[in-house]
Amino acid sequence: MNAAALANPALAKDEFDPASIVTNDPVVRVEAISKHYGATEALRSIDLQFERGKLTTLLGPSGCGKTTLLKIIAGLVPATSGRIVVNGRAVTGPGPERAFVFQDFALMPWATVMRNVAFGLELKGRGATERNRIARHYIEEVGLQGFEDKYPHELSGGMRQRVGIARAFSVNADVLLLDEPFSAVDEQNRRKFQEDLLRLVEMERKSFIFVTHSIEEAVYVSDRIVLLSPRPGRVSNVIEPRIDRTANPDDIRRDPGYLDVVEEIWQGLRHYAE
Amino acid sequence: MTLFGYRIPMMASLLVWALVWEIVGRLDVIFLIPPMTAIIAAGIDLVQTASWQNATLVTIRSFIIGMALAIGVGVPLGVMMGRVKIIDNIFGLWVNIFVSAPLSALVPVLMILFGMGEATIVVTVFLFAVWIIVLDARAGVMQVPTSLIEMARSYGASQPTIMRKIILVSALPEILAGVRIGVIRGVKGVVIGQILVAIIGYGELFELYSRSFDMERFWALTMVLFAAAMVLSAIVENAEKRIEYYAGAR
Repeated sequence: MNAAALANPALAKDEFDPASIVTNDPVVRVEAISKHYGATEALRSIDLQFERGKLTTLLGPSGCGKTTLLKIIAGLVPATSGRIVVNGRAVTGPGPERAFVFQDFALMPWATVMRNVAFGLELKGRGATERNRIARHYIEEVGLQGFEDKYPHELSGGMRQRVGIARAFSVNADVLLLDEPFSAVDEQNRRKFQEDLLRLVEMERKSFIFVTHSIEEAVYVSDRIVLLSPRPGRVSNVIEPRIDRTANPDDIRRDPGYLDVVEEIWQGLRHYAE
Repeated sequence: MTLFGYRIPMMASLLVWALVWEIVGRLDVIFLIPPMTAIIAAGIDLVQTASWQNATLVTIRSFIIGMALAIGVGVPLGVMMGRVKIIDNIFGLWVNIFVSAPLSALVPVLMILFGMGEATIVVTVFLFAVWIIVLDARAGVMQVPTSLIEMARSYGASQPTIMRKIILVSALPEILAGVRIGVIRGVKGVVIGQILVAIIGYGELFELYSRSFDMERFWALTMVLFAAAMVLSAIVENAEKRIEYYAGAR
């Protein structure tokens, strides 16, 4: 694919308009979510809809509450007001239709890769044979075959996060919530990771909500980017970088359209930078 | 350690000191130090007497009961303190006072409360051992990463499951470290308790030997106790090492 075909017209993006964030079949609806920590207002009246089968990124400077919002969606942190609707049902806690990938991997250091990946299934009371079969499949899917019996401290940061992702996939949730999953991974592995993530998104046909503070990462992997502004966290813009993902990853990263979106988001965020 | 290119085994220093002791003993400098060989002979003699065997039985029994109570109370209390703020506030100060308090001073009071028998020894062992077990269990629980608990919650674990599969396993290295130090303190407790009560177990024997200036037997008994404390500590340490592969890698 040549760069010309990826030029600006193919890369339309929406101006922010509340109507544009309403979809027909949202997998997750965030309705008027606010969050206070004592006197601190972390999130102010967030309304969002997350489309089924898409990867939506929550992007913003530190302090914009993106991780808090993700944890509220996950049911790990209670909201002060508002509600979260998943698959049409209001939820108040964690549930099997959502799986979380943690920034610090959250692997059990005393358990092997196999047991870590199968842990979600173990908690659901699946038998050892079945959960190991499913876990083995996803261990291969994320490229960790041969490491089943290793312990987390024997793996690199990137490999550890692959374990975390395999664990989230193996419970077969509809929505995967990823909290800055690649921030503890070095730059080379990060790029490889982003490409692998796109492949998994393609293959698994699940919905993804992805938190990052990297603009490039957001533009590269997302179907839709929700820009949050800080203190208190609010939705400031929604951008759809319509990038042709069938292109070679290196071509996408050089594409002027891709770079324009990155630049525009940066211009929008730069006044928050110290 | 190596000396002139030769590897010296660990116990070598012990042998050197035993030799020095033997020489000092043979020189007859002071009656407190009989020759090492005489002590060993007395020791071999001692372990065959009915009074030593009975004393050992009584000592081991009070030690085991006291330790079982200390672990049974200390670990749950420490875990609760690590998890629940209010419980931590209620007990924290007391645990910290008792962990460094000279508990020997309390034994006479315990004698009044529990009599001149085994019960007092059991309570002494308990009081010597329990506080450090509480503190270490608490520290272990408090260092469990929040994200591991969130992880278990997000995959649908109930509170008891989180306790069993995440918190207790994660805190195990600290809990075992506390138990090991508790065991060492418990040995002190059982001996100090018995000596202060003075009519049961090793306390009775110590009292008997020191009053009759039977220094061979006195030292033999002391060495048996030292060795027992070291062996006990080594057993717990061995258990600690088995789980070290993850304790060191967190």
